[in-house]
Amino acid sequence: MDAKELIARRIALELKDGDLVNLGIGLPAMVTHYLPPGVDVFLQLENGLIGLARLPHPGLENYFLGDAGGALVGAVPGACAFDSAFSFGLIRGGHVDLTVLGGLEVDERGVLANWMIPGKMVPGMGGAMDLVTGCKRVIVAMIHTAKGKSKILKTCTLPLTSVRRVSLVVTDLAVIEPTAEGLVLKELAPGVTVEQVIAATEAKLILPLEVPEMRLTA
Amino acid sequence: MHKAIGLAEAVEMIPDGASVMIGGFMGVGSPHRLIGELLRQGRKDLTVIANDAARPGVGVGRLVDAKAVKRLVASHIGTNPEIQRQMIAGETVVELCPQGTLVERIRAAGYGLGGVLTPTGIGTVVAEGKRRIEIEGETFLLELPLAADFALIAAHRADYSGNLEYALTSRNFNPIMAMAAATVIAEAAEIVPVGVIPPDEVITPAVLVDHLLEREKLNGR
Repeated sequence: MDAKELIARRIALELKDGDLVNLGIGLPAMVTHYLPPGVDVFLQLENGLIGLARLPHPGLENYFLGDAGGALVGAVPGACAFDSAFSFGLIRGGHVDLTVLGGLEVDERGVLANWMIPGKMVPGMGGAMDLVTGCKRVIVAMIHTAKGKSKILKTCTLPLTSVRRVSLVVTDLAVIEPTAEGLVLKELAPGVTVEQVIAATEAKLILPLEVPEMRLTA
Repeated sequence: MHKAIGLAEAVEMIPDGASVMIGGFMGVGSPHRLIGELLRQGRKDLTVIANDAARPGVGVGRLVDAKAVKRLVASHIGTNPEIQRQMIAGETVVELCPQGTLVERIRAAGYGLGGVLTPTGIGTVVAEGKRRIEIEGETFLLELPLAADFALIAAHRADYSGNLEYALTSRNFNPIMAMAAATVIAEAAEIVPVGVIPPDEVITPAVLVDHLLEREKLNGR
């Protein structure tokens, strides 16, 4: 299984029926492909929609209906549209149950950096700071290492997205839960050992007596 | 009161160096005709307040392509390499602002508030130089109102009087900006007689719209 698919499949199990969910662009958006049967969620777009859906057919695009990346999309029956102030009221006000975002770095405090690399990449934070600050749960979806270097560090080196501790980090190697005590290794990807995760992680990990294999089906 | 205006005449009101709020999100819900006319008239040194810089050739990105923007206040510029180049080269000043904070700053200006208190940005570079205010044990950032000389708004439908209705995700920043600028110019995909838009569906009341663009004359009709 492709690393991104693995991450998306695992995160899909975190979504509960009826949740209001905001998914970042790219890997996080793949989560919807793997929702367990019986789990229906409301997908929020920060540009002003609850009820994102894929277009049933190319050629049916509407220039007034786009996603947060600017792609023209569809909507489910019962969808509703609103302005950006309301949209961020939903986000900051704690009405969004879960957001899934990509990450550049996470550290032992469980804080996330995902919006800029000074001198290299300055895309702007968009809605990321509000999402991490305000959503009930924040899940980081990312590949464990970049160019052989750990993205899970003792202390983030990049500008932070928020000082709020994220709820869960899901990588191609492991599921890690940030807690007040530190990062707890919760699950291992199929075929991965505890030693491999430790070797690929700069941060100190708290190891429970048993670390089960990552669940991939409900 | 009649407020219909021709495209060229509308844009002639906007001087070089003006501050201009532009509705839209990645070009969806942006006033494309007004943007095109700003370019045609060669407007420059604009301060643009918009959610994003879209892409080259799209929405606000067209103004960036033409180097018409001196200063940009936005939440996201990652999809426009040209604005990043201009920012790094020092040709354009970019002020990045979290999206929820940006819209609240605009709302504060339009709603007569002295600012907003938000938890977003606490402990990050966004908080640098800003006042922190503690309320019942929680820390908030004071973010100040953001107003402009002009707001350029795109609606789905307008009636003759200037009442505006929006469609789907094209609403985004438009109705908020329509409250926050000294002069509001709106363009609509469709113009209908007064009464066609039911009162409950008017999102931006006509009293906020100073000028409504005459319809676009299309080939063949």
